[in-house]
Amino acid sequence: MTRSERFIDTFFKYDVMQQYWPDILKGLFVTCQIAVLVVVCGLALGLCLAILRSYRFRLVNLCIIVFIDLLRALPPLVLILILYFGLPNVGVSLSGYVVLWLVLTLVLAAFAEEIFWAGILSVPQGQWQAARSTGMSYFKTLIYVVLPQAIRMTIAPLTNRTIAITKNTALGMVIGVGELLNQATTAQSFAGNATPLMMATIAYLILFIPVVYAGRRIEQAYAWRKR
Amino acid sequence: MEQFLFQFFNLDIMVQAWPIMLRGFGMTLLLCAVVIPMGLAGGLLVAIASTAPQRWIRWPTAVLVDLFRAVPPLALLIFISAGLPFAGIRLSPFTAVCLSFLLNNSAYYGEIYRAGIDSIGTGQTEAARSTGLNSLQAMAYVVLPQAVRNVLPDLVSNTIEVVKLTSLASVVAFAELLYSADMARSITYNASPIVMAAGFYLVLLWPAVRLASRLERKLST
Amino acid sequence: MFPVQPLPILNVEDLHLHYGDMKALDGVTLEAKTGELTFLIGPSGSGKSSLLRCCNRLEDPSSGRILVDGEDITQRNINLNRIRRGIGMVFQSFNLYPHMTAKGNVTLALRKVLGKSRKEAEEIGLAQLERVGLVDRADHYPNQLSGGQQQRVAIARALALEPKIMLFDEPTSALDPELVGEVLKVMRQLKEDGMTMVVVSHEMRFAKSAADHVVFMAEGKIVEAGPPAQIFDAPRAERTRAFLQEAHH
Ligand SMILES: Nc1ncnc2c1ncn2[C@@H]1O[C@H](COP(=O)(O)OP(=O)(O)OP(=O)(O)O)[C@@H](O)[C@H]1O
Ligand SMILES: [Mg+2]
Repeated sequence: MTRSERFIDTFFKYDVMQQYWPDILKGLFVTCQIAVLVVVCGLALGLCLAILRSYRFRLVNLCIIVFIDLLRALPPLVLILILYFGLPNVGVSLSGYVVLWLVLTLVLAAFAEEIFWAGILSVPQGQWQAARSTGMSYFKTLIYVVLPQAIRMTIAPLTNRTIAITKNTALGMVIGVGELLNQATTAQSFAGNATPLMMATIAYLILFIPVVYAGRRIEQAYAWRKR
Repeated sequence: MEQFLFQFFNLDIMVQAWPIMLRGFGMTLLLCAVVIPMGLAGGLLVAIASTAPQRWIRWPTAVLVDLFRAVPPLALLIFISAGLPFAGIRLSPFTAVCLSFLLNNSAYYGEIYRAGIDSIGTGQTEAARSTGLNSLQAMAYVVLPQAVRNVLPDLVSNTIEVVKLTSLASVVAFAELLYSADMARSITYNASPIVMAAGFYLVLLWPAVRLASRLERKLST
Repeated sequence: MFPVQPLPILNVEDLHLHYGDMKALDGVTLEAKTGELTFLIGPSGSGKSSLLRCCNRLEDPSSGRILVDGEDITQRNINLNRIRRGIGMVFQSFNLYPHMTAKGNVTLALRKVLGKSRKEAEEIGLAQLERVGLVDRADHYPNQLSGGQQQRVAIARALALEPKIMLFDEPTSALDPELVGEVLKVMRQLKEDGMTMVVVSHEMRFAKSAADHVVFMAEGKIVEAGPPAQIFDAPRAERTRAFLQEAHH
């Protein structure tokens, strides 16, 4: 066998591809599903927390800060293992799917809160005063005047962070969630061949390259606002 | 409540697990000490390549960066440690981790440096070139120092991410902190060792997280 | 014929405002009748902005009362959003919402506070933009307008709520000299339309021709008040004289 034949046989073996593509596809579907759930729930929760924080209740804000610091400082895999292996022992049994979703949602919420909050702070005080002087309530000012401006400034960092956290769906492999990487490693050990891993890698590229690219474009489009 | 404490904050088990956890923590620190400088240096190369005047350097760099940003770090690590052996390339867990981190982190650090370089106007380069510095010198002495200062918060928060990512090494049986904790968990059937690992990560990273958000706030105002 | 005695619409009674130890307002008493233009002058830090901001409850006075049309707006449990609607405010830095067009800026409160339909709000909004001479710019965003135009939009935004009083905090200070005139023209028109106005500004010529009262403040107190002729031509207090002399150079 020549080198290139051997390479193809290792990473792009046709029979293996044919046999395992349904599994890989199933994994891709699960990955997408969790990703969408995490993005929607994480961003929504993060925004709610940022809004709550803007009311500046001492105790509430302290809790929020501790929450986001914890989730920023702890590796998601640690949280996943604690919930997945620890909770059943105290009578709460969550499936790997739910644990993965929950942990990633909380992590994204923490990062998103921080980004939204920085955005809210960056809106000049005059905007608040102008809106309040026309009789708008605090909440209405926040919703119609401040947040639309804040969110513009947060789009770029938020996109990047969201991509990074969504990719963590691969951690589901460790606790047996049937997502893409898990399907691929299982298939790989059955087939005794690296082709399924290559298929998974390509699937990830197809999934995330457009998002990474979009993120890059958004970053460029909004870069001038940072100054 | 008692049950909860027993399962998550079991002192007996924590004391038992202490030596192996400490060893694991040491390995985590070692791993950080290797992969962070490697990522910072690799990122610098990536940034210089992706701002190079020659299109044939810039273009492939951009493609590679996007590739490595699109693949989950764990998938990359598994590919290297479980896929490459089929092609006859057998790496120790440590080498596999280092290689995958180099590829992944260089892409991320590279993007950060590049954003910093973009934030410095071309006027700076032109001024430096006009005094006779060549383009690499202009980059090293004039542009980069300013660029790094501008993106310092991002560098710090990415470094925090890198430290957290070292926990992935546990998946390929490299005996760092989380691996040791999970070993202890599977022997004792108790989650306390992992909670303990969380404690180690907090000690290591909480100050860094505080620093990062302070820096972010300072630069944004 | 009986002489029509205009009613006081704004009464400020012994107003105090503290920022920590700092006394920004130290017992200010002031009265303005319907349709009058009160012109506030004074050195930087004398409390002019603080006074205006209290009148809109953007700042909470430490003690004293402010009556608008007989209603005490410093009461604790008053509906702030309702009273603020009745008191328009124009800021030095315009503070237009950058993510909305001129029309959007003017109609936001109409729709979200008064609950008017989009159509109704736009009718009112366009009428107010007409009043400040900017209907043709209704669909422009703030960054597509000159400073003078932005300030006129800000005035229209306040007018749209049909306030009883308009407060102006250095409305022309951020403008290039050649743009000051267009804003003052709008303000003069407002005065002719019978609007009660309190204006903080350095435009002494405008004050001489348009103000009913000129009030000179220093260190949180009113030093001297009276008709423009008195304050500008025959100031009684030494401080007023010194300030005006400074201002003329
Ligand atoms: N938010 C605040 N916190 C603390 N002190 C304040 C605050 N706002 C104003 N002050 C102080 O209150 C005093 C009065 O301020 P104010 O803004 O009313 O003055 P001003 O007459 O409008 O001055 P200028 O002509 O510079 O606008 C000043 O000494 C100022 O430093
Ligand atoms: Mg002022």
